[in-house]
Amino acid sequence: MTPTVARVVDRVVEGPGTVTLVIELSDALTAPAPGQFNMLWAYGVGEVPISLCAVPPLTNVILHTIHDVGAVSHALCELRPGDQLGVRGPFGIGWDLTPARGQDVVVMAGGIGLAPLRPVVEAILADREAYGQVAVLLGARTPNDLLFPAETAAWSLSLQVETTVDRSAPGWTGDVGVVTTLLGRIRHNLTDAVAFVCGPEVMMRFGARALLDRGVSAEGIQVSMERNMQCAVTMCGHCQFGELFVCSDGPVFPWARVESMLGVREL
Amino acid sequence: MEDMFGSDDSRTRYPTTLEPEPAQQDDGAVRKPVAPQPQPQIEPQAFGGPLILTVADVDQLIRRLGADGRTVIGPKVDGPVIGYQPIGGAADLPSGWGDEQGPGHYRLRRRDDDALFGYALAPTSWKRYVFPARSELFRARREDGALAITTIPPARPRYAFIGMRACEIAALDVQRRVFMRPEAPDPTYAANTQDMFVVAVSCGSPAATCFCVSAGTGPEASGGYDIRLTEVNSTPNSPDHYFVANAGTQAGADVLAQLACKPASDSETGAATQIVQAAATAIGQGVKLDDVHELLARNRENPRWDDVAARCLSCGNCTMSCPTCFCSDVVDENPIGDDGVVRARVWASCFGVSYSQMHGGNARTSTSSRYRQWLTHKMSTWVDQFDVSGCVGCGRCITTCPVGIDIRTELEAIRATDTATKYPESVRPQTDEGLAT
Repeated sequence: MTPTVARVVDRVVEGPGTVTLVIELSDALTAPAPGQFNMLWAYGVGEVPISLCAVPPLTNVILHTIHDVGAVSHALCELRPGDQLGVRGPFGIGWDLTPARGQDVVVMAGGIGLAPLRPVVEAILADREAYGQVAVLLGARTPNDLLFPAETAAWSLSLQVETTVDRSAPGWTGDVGVVTTLLGRIRHNLTDAVAFVCGPEVMMRFGARALLDRGVSAEGIQVSMERNMQCAVTMCGHCQFGELFVCSDGPVFPWARVESMLGVREL
Repeated sequence: MEDMFGSDDSRTRYPTTLEPEPAQQDDGAVRKPVAPQPQPQIEPQAFGGPLILTVADVDQLIRRLGADGRTVIGPKVDGPVIGYQPIGGAADLPSGWGDEQGPGHYRLRRRDDDALFGYALAPTSWKRYVFPARSELFRARREDGALAITTIPPARPRYAFIGMRACEIAALDVQRRVFMRPEAPDPTYAANTQDMFVVAVSCGSPAATCFCVSAGTGPEASGGYDIRLTEVNSTPNSPDHYFVANAGTQAGADVLAQLACKPASDSETGAATQIVQAAATAIGQGVKLDDVHELLARNRENPRWDDVAARCLSCGNCTMSCPTCFCSDVVDENPIGDDGVVRARVWASCFGVSYSQMHGGNARTSTSSRYRQWLTHKMSTWVDQFDVSGCVGCGRCITTCPVGIDIRTELEAIRATDTATKYPESVRPQTDEGLAT
């Protein structure tokens, strides 16, 4: 439960209220897997779980994209190169890419949900031949909130990348609407596809439902859950979701595992 | 005491591993078979035959444990209640006091004898000694932009607990499964329990709130103690006031040996057995628990949750008094007048406003969802998580509920209105509202 002291070496403003911190650790952590998270500690404010937004080759450098939504995330977003923070992790069970090998893939991200999915896309690109047709569906509130525009533009050279926003803005010529509508742009058959979904819970429920309608199996859909987390080691109780501890049984779950519980209000 | 709950001992009925043996159900959820509250078992006579202790011997026992450098905690009249407090000898015990407990009701009452343990149990549990309401994890300072963390090694208090009831010993084991998982043992819990000494006292005067017989945990401890006493006290100031003592560990046998007591006769052990049997009869099979794991798992949409929510104040008393509730907040405290930070772990309640708060909203805003979370976790999902029920049948949640909600009544009401199918389509929310914001 004691963090390691780490140092911000770079800070990239991704958009309004969203910052990527490049963090150098004094001691290398266990190599993280895509979909895992760290507890980031803003001194004197508190700790929050933040997914790894990249799996860099160096084990003593980590990247986290943070959305400024509360006291702790605000303090983290305010950090500047040279500032220190605390890190614990990595925790949890991440994305399982094994069943996706040799199959078509759908990556569906809403808002900051793209951050934990970016290492999935990077892993696919690093071994492009191992996967079938790959579609990346991105949704954001406004064009300004679209994350990693340079990266997603580069992805579109070798993957199908589709983008939509909830609310348009001057200059936006793309789609307006929820991310699930982008599924219609995928021409290939999705029956044996594997889908990776992360975003607000509502978006994941409707996204999974739309994927099921397109023939993806419930086992073939993986979602990354969010709950209040304070310890990350199955001890504080806050992240319980039915019998699951999201911190250690997840945060990534097969849809089949959580579908019935997500249908229960306020579980 | 470390191997008291040892799982590889053939005398125990514990599962030999904390790993679940999952059975895949048709809904994809992993469910484990309903198991009664497992009880550690110590063979009678394993550490010598039963002995007879007098009140003076009990006093000596307490003093010797204290002289051995232990912090001795036992029952003591503390204002209007019996509390588990530091004690120095038998004179501190609640001689002649009993308790009267019911839904939202607690009164001390004078007994017509001078029993030392003539009450049911204290309304607050031993939890605060093994899992303190607040514990400091580390301190940190920032000087010239550099963070310096100082870990705080937990104190090792060497507790001796006098007067633990069977349900309370079961609660210790339930919490051990939470805090002492081999992959991440909690240093605070480990430090507070690894050298503890437990003197169990069998129940002779159970309360109306007790349901240990239904939970399979009492009224007599079958293991988990160093010494077990059963108090026999038939008449006021009787010369026949004595305690039948059994050792449950070598440490317990060694302490008893120092007291030089006489062996118990058959009639004396018989009297003790009768007292425990009478207590078991008085408690009775008050509530059916063998099916609650499945019952609650399939009744998440039962309208009874709204009924109880109309009475529940969401105060969290049940979670604070529960001997097994383990939730905590992990907080940064910024003491005034000190430029450092203290990272502390403090008790939390699933009834709390911020318990399930996220940036996107609160997972559980309604009282019905919070009560459902508490009861369903306690009696159902706890089994999935830790292979044991989280309820030991002590009844504290009934006593300490300010509006007298009785967990037994609520379970019966759920059973009476069992929605039978797991998640009926008709009651699934059809709207976008997953999270209330």
